[in-house]
Amino acid sequence: MSYLQQYFQSDRAGNSMLGALLAIAILVPILNLAVPESSVFHVSTYTVTLIGKYLTYALLALAVDLIWGYCGILSLGHGAFFALGGYVMGMYLMRQIGDRGVYGNPELPDFMVFLNWQELPWYWYGFDMFWFAALMVILVPGLLAFVFGWLAFRSRVTGVYLSIITQALTYALMLAFFRNEMGFGGNNGLTDFKDILGYSLQSDYTRAGLFAASALILVLAYLLCRNIVNSKLGRVVVAVRDSEDRTRFLGYRVEYYKLWLFVLSAVLAGIAGALYVPQVGIINPGEFSPLNSIELVIWVAIGGRGTLYGAIAGAILVNLSKTWFTGVLPEGWIFALGAMFVVVTLYLPRGLAGLITRKQAQT
Amino acid sequence: MSGLDKMRETFRRDQVWNFLMPRYTYEDVLDTSKGPILYLEDVTVSFDGFRALDDLTLYINDGELRCIIGANGAGKTTMMDVITGKTRPDHGSVFYGQRIDLLRLSEPEIAALGIGRKFQKPTVFEQHDVLVNLELSMRMDKRVWTTLSARLSGEQRDRIDEVLEIIGLKNEAYKRAGLLSHGQKQWLEIGMLLMQDPRLLLVDEPVAGMTGHETERTAELLTSLAGQHSVVVVEHDMEFVRSIARTVTVLHQGSVLAQGDMDTVQNDPRVREVYLGD
Amino acid sequence: MDHCSAVQKTFSRIRYGSRLLLLLFGLVVAWTNANSVMAETTGFEQIVQSLTTSKFRDKEKAVRELAAVQDKRTMPVLQALLDARLYYRKADKRVVIVERVDGQFRMTDPVTAEELGTVPKRKIKKIGINNKLRKLLKSKLASLSLEGPDPSVRLSAIEQMQGQLDESQYLYIKKLLEQERDDDVRSAMVAALALYELDNGSADQRIKAIEVLSGNLAQVVSNRLQALLEQDDLEKEVRKAAIKALDRINERLKINSIIETTFFGLSLGSVLLLAAIGLAITFGVMGVINMAHGELIMIGAYTTYLVQSVMPNYTDLSLLVAIPAAFLVSAIFGILIERFIIRHLYGRPLETLLATFGVSLILQQLVRTVVSAQNVAVSNPSWMSGSIQINAALSLTYNRLFIFIFAMIVFVALLLILKKTALGLQVRAVSQNRSMAKAMGIRSDWVDAMTFGLGSGVAGIAGVALSQLTNVGPNMGQSYIIDSFMVVVFGGVGNLWGTFVGALSLGVANKFIEPFSGAVLAKILVLVFIIMFIQKYPRGLFPQKGRSAEN
Ligand SMILES: Nc1ncnc2c1ncn2[C@@H]1O[C@H](COP(=O)(O)OP(=O)(O)O)[C@@H](O)[C@H]1O
Ligand SMILES: [Mg+2]
Repeated sequence: MSYLQQYFQSDRAGNSMLGALLAIAILVPILNLAVPESSVFHVSTYTVTLIGKYLTYALLALAVDLIWGYCGILSLGHGAFFALGGYVMGMYLMRQIGDRGVYGNPELPDFMVFLNWQELPWYWYGFDMFWFAALMVILVPGLLAFVFGWLAFRSRVTGVYLSIITQALTYALMLAFFRNEMGFGGNNGLTDFKDILGYSLQSDYTRAGLFAASALILVLAYLLCRNIVNSKLGRVVVAVRDSEDRTRFLGYRVEYYKLWLFVLSAVLAGIAGALYVPQVGIINPGEFSPLNSIELVIWVAIGGRGTLYGAIAGAILVNLSKTWFTGVLPEGWIFALGAMFVVVTLYLPRGLAGLITRKQAQT
Repeated sequence: MSGLDKMRETFRRDQVWNFLMPRYTYEDVLDTSKGPILYLEDVTVSFDGFRALDDLTLYINDGELRCIIGANGAGKTTMMDVITGKTRPDHGSVFYGQRIDLLRLSEPEIAALGIGRKFQKPTVFEQHDVLVNLELSMRMDKRVWTTLSARLSGEQRDRIDEVLEIIGLKNEAYKRAGLLSHGQKQWLEIGMLLMQDPRLLLVDEPVAGMTGHETERTAELLTSLAGQHSVVVVEHDMEFVRSIARTVTVLHQGSVLAQGDMDTVQNDPRVREVYLGD
Repeated sequence: MDHCSAVQKTFSRIRYGSRLLLLLFGLVVAWTNANSVMAETTGFEQIVQSLTTSKFRDKEKAVRELAAVQDKRTMPVLQALLDARLYYRKADKRVVIVERVDGQFRMTDPVTAEELGTVPKRKIKKIGINNKLRKLLKSKLASLSLEGPDPSVRLSAIEQMQGQLDESQYLYIKKLLEQERDDDVRSAMVAALALYELDNGSADQRIKAIEVLSGNLAQVVSNRLQALLEQDDLEKEVRKAAIKALDRINERLKINSIIETTFFGLSLGSVLLLAAIGLAITFGVMGVINMAHGELIMIGAYTTYLVQSVMPNYTDLSLLVAIPAAFLVSAIFGILIERFIIRHLYGRPLETLLATFGVSLILQQLVRTVVSAQNVAVSNPSWMSGSIQINAALSLTYNRLFIFIFAMIVFVALLLILKKTALGLQVRAVSQNRSMAKAMGIRSDWVDAMTFGLGSGVAGIAGVALSQLTNVGPNMGQSYIIDSFMVVVFGGVGNLWGTFVGALSLGVANKFIEPFSGAVLAKILVLVFIIMFIQKYPRGLFPQKGRSAEN
């Protein structure tokens, strides 16, 4: 008991955040489903979906923070893992449409019928089963991260080199997914989903369920990450960030540590993507765009890298203001985003979290 | 590498198969029965045609404390880089004991074999507490999964306290290493070296930035380590060298110029000419 | 059509020349001179005027007379008549050549080349022709151009006739061949004759014709040979000869296409070189990636656009003005970025990358708000359009050629700057060992700013070149940053020659892969290749050695 207490006391801001997340995981669905629309306390389905989307972004930010904030690896291609997770989920949802598509083909998704394909490509097999898709959500981003990371870390590609080749990776994937021949719907991507696990995606209950799932998975991921960064492995990883060479001369195989963390981070990003797609109802190659990946880095930077709650707060804050901006002053958003990059790196290297802890230290 | 070569490589008689190599106990593999623990033979390192090490041949005996002196740029640090796997020589051989070819191993593997190193420029983990710096240096299984679940045992905790005592940082145990003074960082790095419990210590300019008193203590520490461990010290401070050295090697332009006890070396006319400057 | 306007141009030049004469030789000379011009004009004008008759027989006579006059103005008139563009004004029966503009008709005087303004259709009447007249016109036009004084006109006329001669034309050309002096025209004529013989000659003649044609790369030749092979009743010898000739043609075509692909590759490579070389300088010296580099290229392109809109009547000149202007504008932007942002992030390359990315977003949006979110039109100066014809199947466009040459010039200039000037020396010192350079009294922050200005200025120049090849829009810079970085890394950081080799080889490789895989896949393959390459050679093709490279 005392161990648990001590454990939770070590991350107070994080605990408040976990509490808040759990609270909204329960409250928001209730306010949406049980409270009548006329009430002021009613939360519209639109809002539920919007917040749900933010939560998946928060998970993605957590993944990036894990490797950038703690291990110093600035990945400019994490959007790729997110999108891959999303595509895997999209494939499952596509197969669930069955013969309800425009062309009524029970086997082939509409876009394949449109391209005159006769049969399902082999890599679409199995995606009609949820368990298989769920497994792939983990395996596909994980495997790509493993291969890429193994090559990159083994040959000690670091710093800006690594950042740019991760960017090239997501760029190459984007180009590839734009091609119709890839069999992922080309330009348009995958969309027009009908239901998930037999529940209609249009129903408020399903949406509330997806929302609650996102919140819960975020909480679990947070606990997992906190466990890791507080372990000795977490300390080794920070040591790698500080002085990679020194860590090596102490006998740590730095590349394995990086690889391990990178794969884990990619898997988290993939899960985030898988949760994102059923909520927004579409996945297309635009998700691979380098701009997306670099934008999510700024969420983490603003929240405060190297603190887990900072990453989550940053993701939610930036996206809230994006939604607000694009509603009020669409032109202004890009300016604001650009300015954020400059200001945060120049004046707020530890982000808002750093600002708060500095304030605390002063008082 | 052709298939045949690969096969030969696999069945080399002088080498233990990699998978049979124990992960962090090197004592069984390390064979020092002939005397030396480290054999450097004909080692050449060149950067853009400039030879930092030039056919360097050097043996370090097991349990010896050896001082290496030489002007700036003589190649002392480069020599340590070669031993610890940071720099690969153009040719030459580096053996640890009689059996272990260091040129085939990576830095972590070399470190795991009990070769510890203190850098010329003190490098500690600035973002970590002093305590954590020592914890991370501790000799133990350093694979990812074991590290993930590692907890400090009471014994290990005692060892850390012991080392904190030796390096005089007991009161700074919970201070961030980045906030230490230059001398304290030097000590911390020595402490990290001790935590590794290495068989061979490579110490690059340990007393730079230390007070006279601290220098004395370092000298004491290093002499006490010799015997159980083999120690190679690179230093400029002649007082310090005189106080600890039994054998001194003078490096000049990447190869050994002279070797012997302090007096012999100091009286060697070539050494006087190039190094001591009279 | 093309030679028509060329003739008109020559024509107006002559008129211009005669005006000069007026000035130079004084009144008396001018009077006689003008008189003679007038006399000539009157004769020509009368014949043209006689075309307005409604009787076809009279029109025919007028056409024959016109063809006989030996006047440069003849061909445009006949061509216009053939194309149904020859009208006369209902009001004064004046004959005009018209051009349709927005439902109206713009009139030109065929005699004086004077512009006569625009009128609606009902004010003018077309001079009609019948089939017989059409045939006559065609043959007269052909022989006019074939017998005309300008070899290039003769050449294009004969090239148009290749493969569709009738017997009378065959004989006519055969006769012309005897007097023809120009080699190109001669060989075109020989080919035209051979093509005719291929279809109509005896077996011997055919074989001879095939021999003549083998090695001729014109599309029509291989088409004809192909068609010949498809005939079932073909003599054995002819078939053999035809197959051989086709093989030879295909072989030469293959060589051609290799040359062409290489050219395209070098062209792409030179664009990559221009885009990357600025980055190579800034990255090599300061170790930071300026993610706004692509936007500096874009600013260069927009500067070109602005310069062109300031001097709309001097398109040819404007590009030359744009080069220094773009250099300056981009350099200033670069120096500002360095002074206000990068300088404060020294030693933190990842943060620099993020901050400059922010700058790139701001610059893009700035252009979108200030200029437009759409692409803008940058026109090509006349000396950049057109192409050199190497042979019938291969032509190299001038714009690509010029940009290639331009890239080489920029590269050499940069090499010289870095090798021979004081700034270059200091830049190299700082890039090799910053603290040492500082200790030697080099003002490293001044060097940084200047280097950055230089690299950015070169990006601006790249923008000028790119504006001639691709669309100029707010997003144009984005795609170049990854490519440029790949080039720099591939070639080896801190080594301009590496960038040079890297850019050209990547460009050529890209173009050679493209036919097999399509443009997108080629790009992906090149990216994947570089990712793999960095695994094996993290320091690129030509690694920079030394301590600075270690950390
Ligand atoms: N990575 C490197 N690149 C280029 N030159 C190097 C490198 N490392 C060492 N050197 C050169 O090798 C020589 C020996 O250096 P070093 O071993 O550090 O000397 P010492 O430690 O004896 O002062 C010096 O001249 C140094 O400049
Ligand atoms: Mg040294």
